[in-house]
Amino acid sequence: MWTHLRALIVKEMLALLKDKKSRLVLIAPPIIQLFVFGYAATFDLNHVRYAVLNEDSGGASRELLARFEGSGTFECAARLSNDTQIAPVIDNKRALLVIRFPSDFSRNLESGRSADVQVNVDGRNSNSAMLVLNYVQTIISSFNSSWIKAHGGRAPPANLVVRPWYNPNLVSRWFIVPGIVGLLTLLVTLLITALSVAREREAGTFDQLLVTPLSPFEILLGKAIPGVLLGLTEATAIILIIVFWFKIPLLGSLIALYLGLLLFLLSSIGVGLMISSLAVTQQQGLLGAFLFLVPSIILSGFSTPIANMPEYLQTLTLINPLRYFIVILRSVFLEGATVNLLWPQYWPMAVIGCVCLFSSAQLFRRRMY
Amino acid sequence: MRFLQNPDPERRAGRMRMRGMLRKEALQIIRDPSSIAIAFVLPIVLLFLFGYGISLDAKHVPLAVVVESPSAETAGFAASFEQSEYLSPQRFGTIQEAEQALIHHTVNGIVWLRNDFEEKLLSGESAPIGVIINGVDANTARIIEGYVNGAWTSWLQQRAAAHAGTLNIPVRLQPRVWFNAEMRSRNFLIPGLIAVIMTLIGALLTAMVVAREWERGTMEALMVTPVTAKELLLGKLLPYFILGMGGLLLSIGMAMWLFDVPLRGSLLLLLLTSALFLVAALGMGLTISTAARDQFVAGQIAIVATFLPAFMLSGFIFDINSMPAAVQLVTRLIAARYYVAILQTVFLAGNVWKVILLNSVVLVLFCVFFLGLARRRMVKRLD
Repeated sequence: MWTHLRALIVKEMLALLKDKKSRLVLIAPPIIQLFVFGYAATFDLNHVRYAVLNEDSGGASRELLARFEGSGTFECAARLSNDTQIAPVIDNKRALLVIRFPSDFSRNLESGRSADVQVNVDGRNSNSAMLVLNYVQTIISSFNSSWIKAHGGRAPPANLVVRPWYNPNLVSRWFIVPGIVGLLTLLVTLLITALSVAREREAGTFDQLLVTPLSPFEILLGKAIPGVLLGLTEATAIILIIVFWFKIPLLGSLIALYLGLLLFLLSSIGVGLMISSLAVTQQQGLLGAFLFLVPSIILSGFSTPIANMPEYLQTLTLINPLRYFIVILRSVFLEGATVNLLWPQYWPMAVIGCVCLFSSAQLFRRRMY
Repeated sequence: MRFLQNPDPERRAGRMRMRGMLRKEALQIIRDPSSIAIAFVLPIVLLFLFGYGISLDAKHVPLAVVVESPSAETAGFAASFEQSEYLSPQRFGTIQEAEQALIHHTVNGIVWLRNDFEEKLLSGESAPIGVIINGVDANTARIIEGYVNGAWTSWLQQRAAAHAGTLNIPVRLQPRVWFNAEMRSRNFLIPGLIAVIMTLIGALLTAMVVAREWERGTMEALMVTPVTAKELLLGKLLPYFILGMGGLLLSIGMAMWLFDVPLRGSLLLLLLTSALFLVAALGMGLTISTAARDQFVAGQIAIVATFLPAFMLSGFIFDINSMPAAVQLVTRLIAARYYVAILQTVFLAGNVWKVILLNSVVLVLFCVFFLGLARRRMVKRLD
């Protein structure tokens, strides 16, 4: 059996890596995408452009504005002189927000009354809008407490002391970049497996394979093992880059990480081979690959939390191997998780992998008769 | 008049060849239903999954509330958290239990009132309220922080009102969110999704069509016919354009009627700009197809070059302005970026001509570029 397998693996590796274009597609894009996405994928706002309409002549509004300038997050894009200018600035995306101080702003503050500041935010990206408002609120709150300190008056009777665990500065890149390992590994395994049986079928070589003394199970292994090897290699390269280039802390155990990676490869290759053995043409294989790849990324919790989804979709995510792997990646990288804590993530991937591999072997066998 | 009666024979022959090509492609589409599935099933499945699945609005966030020595004051405080529709607080007796819950992901955060909370509160010095948040998902952590802040502020206000005093807030923020007042993330994600879906449809429809001819050897058969390279390209483009527009109409309809995304700009404008983008996306697929000449490689390139770049770099979910300058430059190479800007503007803001025209001009450039590249690659020559 071993000689059979070795011959098959060599054949599959050659089929994958012999062609220069195919080799390039398998190796270069995941690495390039890692670098680009690693920097692109952030929910943190910086260089937020704002415009000011200051109808107030007092010093308080300037003092508050100085805090915006000094925050490092905001950049002044325009100073407006009347309120008809607000709409064009936001419509044309020259600024994400327009801060407007009414003419009685300083007067109110100095006489001990509350002063309003109006903030107009472009809501086309509602997440950015919400974050910007949070940032603005933080700046105003710190202005308020120093104003109270300087001008007397009672501080609020209680204050919040917020301490985020695992990611003290709340850098969203720490959250997203480990997830990219899962994304790109899935991409590579699908590239390898999803079209491979369909290609042989279209070229007629699959029938030749079936008349060899190889059992369907051996054919399956021959198709799966190159995927595991390539997937392991690429994932390792990606993990190294994430740790040493992006400087994301890897706190947990490597054993926990690699156990997860292996099980994830098993399950995603299983799905890929199943798509491939169902497809009659490569066009169908490609469609199948997309129909699996896209939802599994969207429903993995990679970019938006699973907890925000409606119940039935949350249930649907249970059959998505990437969902479990993303949890493993984040827990191992940031929370320092160990194997013990991650069992609930390991076994579903093992089940998915075994079911898919078993059914693709069945599909091979069915085509034999 | 003679000219009309006896049209140029070359042009007539051209029309005939074109008709033949179109008929051949149409038959191919009908016989392998996967193209039709791409145009119509893909958008339905994806919009359903995405439309319901992608949401950045955290609701009912599980939060541990630890009160070390309960009293009337702490009860009032805890009540303000129970009133928030965004938080679902759970009581814990000790901070250790709450921390265990945080480690096992059963809660996302902890609000901690220590033993001396009431004492400090009444003594007039500001009493600290400990807030611990699982910061792994930084975006959600920030949103939760905002919710906790809101619950805290409303508690302060209620307490001040009960004590017949006024809460001293020097500067009050009056937020006004334009175009999407309730900040429904669906309103900005669904228009962006249409861009991602159209990128997929465009590339999937055409990525294989030229490579398939090469692989099956029918390209040689086509070459010996008098069909010109331009006609070949047009014949590959037009049927799929019609399919793609069908998928687009379906997506826009679902966005408007199923997901209630308001369409504030004109529908005609939306269709015109979408047609531009579709041509660019189909052109990209054709370029991949003519360059690869091998379905396997064409399929691989299509997977790598379309979905993830459109997902990550189009501004559909990650704000382009937050990216480093170098990456912002890279996003300029992604056609979907311009289409996302148009979609979000036409849907939510209306006909803002400056944004729409600028982005449309770039889309035209993409069309010219990809079609030109495909045309150059599509040489009637065997090598």
